[in-house]
Amino acid sequence: MRDLSVSFATRQGLVRAVDGLNLEVGPGEVVGIVGESGSGKSVAMYSVLGLVRDANASITGSVTFEGSEILGLSDKAMQPLRGGRIGMIFQDPMTALTPVFTVGWQIVEQIRQHTDMTKAQAKDRAIELLAEVGIPDARRRVDSFPHEFSGGMRQRVVIAMALSCNPRLLIADEPTTALDVTTQAQILELMGRLRDTHGSSIVIITHDMGVIAEMADRVTVMYAGRPVESGPETDVVRAPRHPYTWGLLGAVPRLGQRSDRLATIPGNVMSPLDVPEGCAFAPRCEYAMPACERRPVMTGDRHEHACWLSPEQRVAIRASVESRS
Amino acid sequence: MLTFVVRRLVSAILVMFSISVMVFLIFFATPGVNPAARIAGRSASPQVLAQVSAEFGLNRPLPVRYGLMMWHLFVKQDLTSYVNIGVRVIPQITGAAPVTLSLVLGAAVIWLIVGVLGGLVAAANRGKWIDPLIMFGGIAAVSIPVFWLGQVVGLLTQTKFHSVFRWLPGSGYVSFSQSPGQWALHLLLPWLTLATLYAGVYARVLRAELVNAMNEDYVRTARAKGLSERRILVRHALRCSLISVVSLFGLDFGSLVGGAALLTEVVFGLPGIGMLTDTSLQNLDLPVIMACVMYGAFFIVVASAVVDVLYAVLDPRVRVVK
Repeated sequence: MRDLSVSFATRQGLVRAVDGLNLEVGPGEVVGIVGESGSGKSVAMYSVLGLVRDANASITGSVTFEGSEILGLSDKAMQPLRGGRIGMIFQDPMTALTPVFTVGWQIVEQIRQHTDMTKAQAKDRAIELLAEVGIPDARRRVDSFPHEFSGGMRQRVVIAMALSCNPRLLIADEPTTALDVTTQAQILELMGRLRDTHGSSIVIITHDMGVIAEMADRVTVMYAGRPVESGPETDVVRAPRHPYTWGLLGAVPRLGQRSDRLATIPGNVMSPLDVPEGCAFAPRCEYAMPACERRPVMTGDRHEHACWLSPEQRVAIRASVESRS
Repeated sequence: MLTFVVRRLVSAILVMFSISVMVFLIFFATPGVNPAARIAGRSASPQVLAQVSAEFGLNRPLPVRYGLMMWHLFVKQDLTSYVNIGVRVIPQITGAAPVTLSLVLGAAVIWLIVGVLGGLVAAANRGKWIDPLIMFGGIAAVSIPVFWLGQVVGLLTQTKFHSVFRWLPGSGYVSFSQSPGQWALHLLLPWLTLATLYAGVYARVLRAELVNAMNEDYVRTARAKGLSERRILVRHALRCSLISVVSLFGLDFGSLVGGAALLTEVVFGLPGIGMLTDTSLQNLDLPVIMACVMYGAFFIVVASAVVDVLYAVLDPRVRVVK
């Protein structure tokens, strides 16, 4: 994904939901995209599959998949990719399934869209998939309707559906946000296992640094539609360089570390209409300085970041923060 | 599913019973009204009043009167009208019902086909010229009064363009058993007239439902599955939108069969339930009015029971889990 930008024309002006995002996913790799709500991470991934259908949206840049450009393809040309080569898991399993059809029917529908299997074969495959994602008594449950499943079970159904055609790439849009913590862990474990057995690449969108630490090989942190830091998971989580990433990591509570209140990043994500010319994070940044009036570019080799702080300043700040705590 | 149907039918019967009680009370227990005088009609002689009193047990307790009334109406079916002396009520209803049923059934087929197709085409072509065109047609169809449309259609086909429409018969009704061809020909214009209004309503309602459905999460999932837009619209969105159309249809159908097609019947001279109700109201023919009200209520109750069962067929979430 090269220089992807998505903007929406609104009455109040142009909203840049995604602004110059670069992302590369290798085979079998898990890449995480992190950011607060409204940072443009979901929109970016929807535009990959052509699921941004707003007439006011304009999408520029380039998305290549297995060597060919897929951005701007017609619906017809996208069809074999959607659900076939690229699977997608959505945030809210409660509403992601059509309520009036059985889960088996919905999985069979997708399988038959992309393969020549007969109905009976596709149904057997659906049962197999449901069993694989950990739905007990799959042979009976395949004829149940979505409302007869709990949230976690529905998310398993959605995952089974996304995996039904052995996609090369799985896009998971906050797959665990709507679920409780124990279910979250199970779903993450399931996705990790599936990556190992199917060898698919995964892009996981989340606002939870814990999920990233658990799953991702590489991470991109987004703020206000712009990438602010990206690199191998261990580097970004252990040695984050951007003040925003510091904030995100600080906002994850840790066991054995008592504090009177949870750490937060001061302020809110600003209205997408008044993102400043310079660094988007500057208005909320503790370390903002005059240089932040200009927009920083992503620099660095494997571990990139977009911040004007010099390495020396960064070391000094981290040392002072650590001595405080 | 079976228990659901049975339960729904039992509750329909209970509703019917309560309606019959209420109708009875309104007609026969309204304070300050002498029911005998109402039944006997205008300027009845004292002998007739006495006869009415005896026949309906008007000097006996209320529950007995209710029982007697229902006995005459449903079991012996010998309730007679005192306005048109000696004419029995039940045969009037059974004679008028097939006319109305023919009219409404045919119109319903037309308006469902036109309405659903219109809604689908409009929703599928959202943002193109054809969508507002269909929606404008819909609002026009809704706005034209039935009596005006019926008169104009009748006038045009019978006078101005009569040479073109020579094959169309005049107004009136020919029963299906007499001649199916003539039955259909006689009903053609009434069907189209009645269907116009409802086709407009249904196209607009369905389009709105479809547009809503197309913004649902499950439609996004369906797109991400790689389905074609047409399949998403017809299999996923339409299937979910039909649920509200079905409930609308049940109530419309029930009330039309129950007499709400009055205007169309009068304009085209069809002796249906609506017309019967209208004449009996003008003559203050109480037994007939009561029978018509009960009959109309019956169809609305039946229609809403059928709708509920259909609901459960269409929407698995409604089904009662055993």
